[in-house]
Amino acid sequence: MTVASLFIDALRFIPDNAALLLEKAWETAELAFTALGIAMVIAMPLGLWLGHRHRGLFLALGASSIGRALPSIALIGLFIAWLGVGFWNVTAALVILAIPPLLTNSYVAVDGVDRDAVDAARGMGLTERQILTQVELPLGLPLLLAGIRIAAVFVIATATIAGIAGVERGGLGQIMVNPVTYARSGVLAAAFCVAAMALATNSLLGLAQHAASRRMAPRA
Amino acid sequence: MTGFRLADGGGPVVIPDFGHGTACLRHNHWFCKSWVADNWGDTLQPALVQHIYLTLLAVGIGFAISFALALLAFRFRFLGPPFGALGDVVYCLPSIALFTILLPITGVGVTTIVIPLTAYTLFVLYPNILAGLRSVPADVLESARGMGLTRTQTFWRVELPLAVPAIMAGLRVATVATIAIATVAAFLIHYGLGAPIFDALEHPDIFRTELLAASVLAILLALAADALLALLQRALTPWSRIR
Repeated sequence: MTVASLFIDALRFIPDNAALLLEKAWETAELAFTALGIAMVIAMPLGLWLGHRHRGLFLALGASSIGRALPSIALIGLFIAWLGVGFWNVTAALVILAIPPLLTNSYVAVDGVDRDAVDAARGMGLTERQILTQVELPLGLPLLLAGIRIAAVFVIATATIAGIAGVERGGLGQIMVNPVTYARSGVLAAAFCVAAMALATNSLLGLAQHAASRRMAPRA
Repeated sequence: MTGFRLADGGGPVVIPDFGHGTACLRHNHWFCKSWVADNWGDTLQPALVQHIYLTLLAVGIGFAISFALALLAFRFRFLGPPFGALGDVVYCLPSIALFTILLPITGVGVTTIVIPLTAYTLFVLYPNILAGLRSVPADVLESARGMGLTRTQTFWRVELPLAVPAIMAGLRVATVATIAIATVAAFLIHYGLGAPIFDALEHPDIFRTELLAASVLAILLALAADALLALLQRALTPWSRIR
């Protein structure tokens, strides 16, 4: 089979198996966005607070370099060895993988806000909480969104590993590791779907990031 | 509990002898020192060496390609956006899919692992090299021209050295990421540190010692590579230490 015909077969696989792909895509989205949501709730308040206090740079940057070094398959494997196969165990591993970029970016977003703006806000009598939510957060929004974008794309691509891990509702990854059942065209079609999900998320958050940075850019 | 399912096993599978091994192995504890000592020479060390080989190959080839692409985009500005978009698309493709699709085309071998790994390094290296080259301030270029440097001399003596920190930062991220992603390839091809990881996962109860030992080795390798490249960056940019 030539590469060209493989691509054509893969493109045919998509309409022929639309229901299956949609169901599996939904499962992948469920895994990925549950993990992303939990990671955001854990990492962003911590990163924002540390950034506001200009403390814990070592923690914020260290987390990102250790996070990159963690092999996702090993982490998911360790969680399964520890807790058994299941939706929440894979989700827990994905949460850990998503935390570093979120933590680092939310720290950097707030830490990098112009000190003069913060001092002015403090001089106007804003409380520390108000400074964080009304000054630092809006100004740091583009970087914050960039962190969410990186984490989202990473988690969507990594959620496919749930397929190797044998999770019951393993999503598109189940199709991708099973060329015997779905043929190579099916594997490629599932890969297209994951890539499309990641790209759509990437461009959506990219647009939001662009809009935020334009809104916050100083007017000439 | 179900073990991991492999599309194509291959390679010798080291199955721990839970019936006759030490008490530690029989109880499948998290870390049995004796097993690691006994299997270092025939399992872990070869896997580590293979993993380093994979990483060097992927990052080396990826760097050469990225450098060429970045030079092209630096010289011809209109090439920048399409190259960037292409990188985004590659990054969004899941690694498992690339390995599975390539397997029948390039066969069970290092090539099948290295091609996707190289593709992923491009995504990190190319934008970093390009950003580094473009970051040189206009007044620095002006003074280079004022000193009578030709376009080529300006590139080699001014633009490239000033881009080194950005290039090295990209190289560090790419190397660490490659070491991590390379473990995934072992679900298809028994090679590198992913091989003992998947051997351990394939075992019905999941062989914890082997899983932990190989995972920790992969993490340590990534951290060591990162530290080594950080030192190299310091050595390459002596001027950045003078303040």
